Formats: sequence, C-alpha cells, structure tokens
Amino acid sequence: TPVSSKVFIQRDYSSGTICRFQTKFPSELESRIDKQQFEETIQTLNNLYAEAEKLGGKSYLEGCLACLTAYTIFLCMETHYEKVLKKIARYIKDQNEKTYAPRGLLLTDPIERGLRVVEITIFEDRSIGSGR
Amino acid sequence: MKNCEYQQIDPQALSTPTPTPPPHAAAAESGNEQDKKAKRPRRKWEVFPGKNRFYCDGRIIVARQSGVLPLTLGLILVTSGLFFIFDCPFLVKHLTGCIPVIGGVLFVFVVITLLQTSFTDPGILPRATPDEAADIEKQIDNTGNTTYRPPPRTKEVLINQQVVKLKYCFTCKMFRPPRTSHCSLCDNCVERFDHHCPWVGNCVGKRNYRFFYTFIVSLSFLTAFIFGCVTTHLALRAQGGKGLVFALQESPVELVICFFSVWSILGLSGFHTYLVASNLTTNEDIKGSWSGKSGAEDTTNPYSHRNIFINCCSVLCGPMPPSLIDRRGFLPTEESAQTSSAEVETPSLAAKNEINVVGGSSQLACGLQDSPSPVPAPPNSHQNSSFA
Repeated sequence: TPVSSKVFIQRDYSSGTICRFQTKFPSELESRIDKQQFEETIQTLNNLYAEAEKLGGKSYLEGCLACLTAYTIFLCMETHYEKVLKKIARYIKDQNEKTYAPRGLLLTDPIERGLRVVEITIFEDRSIGSGR
Repeated sequence: MKNCEYQQIDPQALSTPTPTPPPHAAAAESGNEQDKKAKRPRRKWEVFPGKNRFYCDGRIIVARQSGVLPLTLGLILVTSGLFFIFDCPFLVKHLTGCIPVIGGVLFVFVVITLLQTSFTDPGILPRATPDEAADIEKQIDNTGNTTYRPPPRTKEVLINQQVVKLKYCFTCKMFRPPRTSHCSLCDNCVERFDHHCPWVGNCVGKRNYRFFYTFIVSLSFLTAFIFGCVTTHLALRAQGGKGLVFALQESPVELVICFFSVWSILGLSGFHTYLVASNLTTNEDIKGSWSGKSGAEDTTNPYSHRNIFINCCSVLCGPMPPSLIDRRGFLPTEESAQTSSAEVETPSLAAKNEINVVGGSSQLACGLQDSPSPVPAPPNSHQNSSFA
C-alpha cells in the first residue's frame, strides 16, 4: 500500500495580498523532481493568479457594469476570475498527468485549500502494490 | 510546546472506523469529514465549522445572529412605503412625475445591495486541514524555544518594504494572511476584514465590501431624497394653508426616521469613502495600524496604490474573488487506498492520545506526537488523506 507525505507551498505575501506562492524548492522534493520543473509550475500558477486578479480596463468595465445593475449580473454571469480559475484547474490537471504523476507526486489545486497553500502529496511505494 | 497534537485529527480517525462521527464535527474541517453512514451525499455547508446559517441548500449564507437585519429592512420598507403612498401623489401633481421614478430606482438599489451584503460570503477562509496545521506546528516548533511559555505565534513578512506581523489563528489553525481577521461572532477568519455589521447581520469583508459601500451610498441618497421630498411636501402644503395639520400628522414618522438616519448614514458613507480612497479597512483604521500610532517609525499603508483613483477602482471595481468555502460542493466519500492504510495505524494513535474535541479554543492537548522520526510519513498525514 502506498504511503504518502505532504509538502505545503505557502503563500508569498511580499507583494501584498495578491495570490502568489513561494517558489522556494522544498527539500523533500529534491529526489523526485527537477528544481526547474517545480519552479516553472509554481511560476505559471502565479502568473495565472495574477491574470485573474489583474486590475485593468477589462476588470474595471466588468466592475462598473456590475455596479450599475446593483451587482445582479454576478448571479448570471461567470466572472473573469472564475474563468481563470477554470484555466488553472485544467493546467494543474495537465501538469499532474504529464509531469507529476509519473514521478509519484500529486498537486492539489490551491482553491481546494482556500488559496492558502499548494499541497503536494508525495507517494512512496513501500511494499507490494503499484504506486498511484 | 514540543508534544502537542491536534484534536481535529483524532475525531476523523475515529470517525473512519466507527459509523457515527462525533457531534462536535465543528472541529473537523469541512472538506474532510467522512460520513460513511450517509445514504445521500452531503454538501459541505452542512458540516461548516463556523457559526453561520445556510439557506436554499447552501446558496445563501448569513451569520448566526441576523442582528437587526429585519429592523433595517423594516425601517427602509416602512419609510419608503409611506413616501410612495403619501408624498408621491401630492408631489407628482404639484411638481413632476420623476419623483416616484427616482425614488423607485433608489429603493430597488438599496434593497438589492442590502440583501447581497447580508447573504454573500464576505470572504471566509476555510480552516486549515489537519495536515496543514501539523505542518505549520512543526515549523513553529523548529524555530521556537523550549520554555514553558508557548512560542510566539506571529510571523513577520515584508510587504512593499513594510514589516507586517501575521498572527496565528488558534481556531482556524493557520497564520492569517495580511488584512485577515477572525470574527468572533461568526467564528471565521475573514479576508480583508472590515467589521461585523449588525445592521446587515453579516461580516463585511473582501467579497461583499463593494455591496456594502453601494448600499450605504444609495441609502444616503434615498434618505436624503425622501427627506427632501417630505420637507417640500410639507412646505407646499403649508403654503396652501389648509392641510398643514393633516400633512404633519402623516409625515412625522418619515420625517423623524429620515432626519436621524440622514446624518448618521451620510457620515458613515463619508467615512467609508475615505477608507476606500486610502485603501484601508475599518479594522485597520480603528487599530491605527498604519498611522504610526503604535510604532515610532514612519509606517505607511503598504496596500495603498498611492493614487486615490486607483484605490477606489481596485476596491470597488476590481475582479470579484470567488468564495473559498465551496458551500454547495459535496463531501468526499471514502475512496482512496491511503485511507485504508490509515485505519490500521489510527487505533494505536487513538489509544495513545487524549481526545479532546474542542470547538476552536486555543488549548492544545498535550499528548504524544506519533513517532519522533520525522520523514517520511508522520501518521497524521495518513488519516487525513481523504482530502477533497
């Protein structure tokens, strides 16, 4: 039966309250994956979250329109943030399939942890039974 | 403290083999509750640990005490109702037909934004999963000291060249992100916590601040408008000479309510406009976090964009963040093989450790923390492998 431990990549608050995760490579993953691969994954996630939270013409337009309708459009429309979250979910699934699962690792979408951490589960094959 | 363990882990471990989870599932984080006995899949809001109430199968969230929300709604409805019934006909005849239209639009705006402020998740942070909590505790223990006093539960980060202290929340078992505060009335950590408003019966935080602001601004306009109309109505009647006493008899309720609320609500709107322009929260303003009251050095607000226009836009028109608590998601059922391996180890743990299911107080029972050997797999992480 596979045994697992977890590594938590915490948030990086140096730029404020925007969603960013630390890119520091945890020592527990040293034997499993390249530092560069890991950093690329986290950096891409950070970029995607930055895209979701970006302040710009489009988001202001969405916000103003919402205000004019007393925010009722939030009930029927999918917000920009939600669209990017779906993109992030697809990216994570993709990364898991291509890069992490073959190495016995599993990324958990941060949204399932309240955007607090990126949880990486490390599977180790102890006895019989193939790893996941 | 070196030998500390989390009550949260044990009840879950126990609940896996035994069919009925303990009633104090409040200690368990919403995504991790396993209920093998449930015939129908349960939604996460049903096991939410905070003091909130949910309606419409999790679509609507309110604080436990709805405060004076019924009163607020009642006052608005009564005042507006009196306005439409008594003042509008007179004013339409004597002034213009736009009056009820403007009044109607403002009224609709006020009611909709009030309900949205009350029923929207203000930005509640879900509590840490037991694995996360264990991981954080391990980190604190590594850096802390071994005196009798528990290690200081703060962490300092540098945000835009400003030192900010992050506090550890004993209830939610995590370091609070910046600008997050724990509301004791709702028993939740709320992001960008502004204040808990009894008038709307909910916390005001990151997700519903714009609704709240729109509510108080439109309410100021509405009360000022009604006040103006009533005064005009009375003045016109007084000029006419005959119906003054009659008019005064009907209007005092509106007059009184409007008179007192206009000033207080205008004041509140003005205050919040200042907060929005400087990108502050009521919480920060009251505590004087950035005004240098507490520190000698020159502290500035690290979250401000240094431009009033940008501050306003980012607070009011920024992207709408999603709700992090996933109220309507289904609880995961027992599935992975890891959990079954956990079952083997948990009875021994359960036997060793004291089981104190505490609904979020700061006490940590001191039991044995599993095996002293750290890696590869502290058994705690097994029990919790049924993460969502």
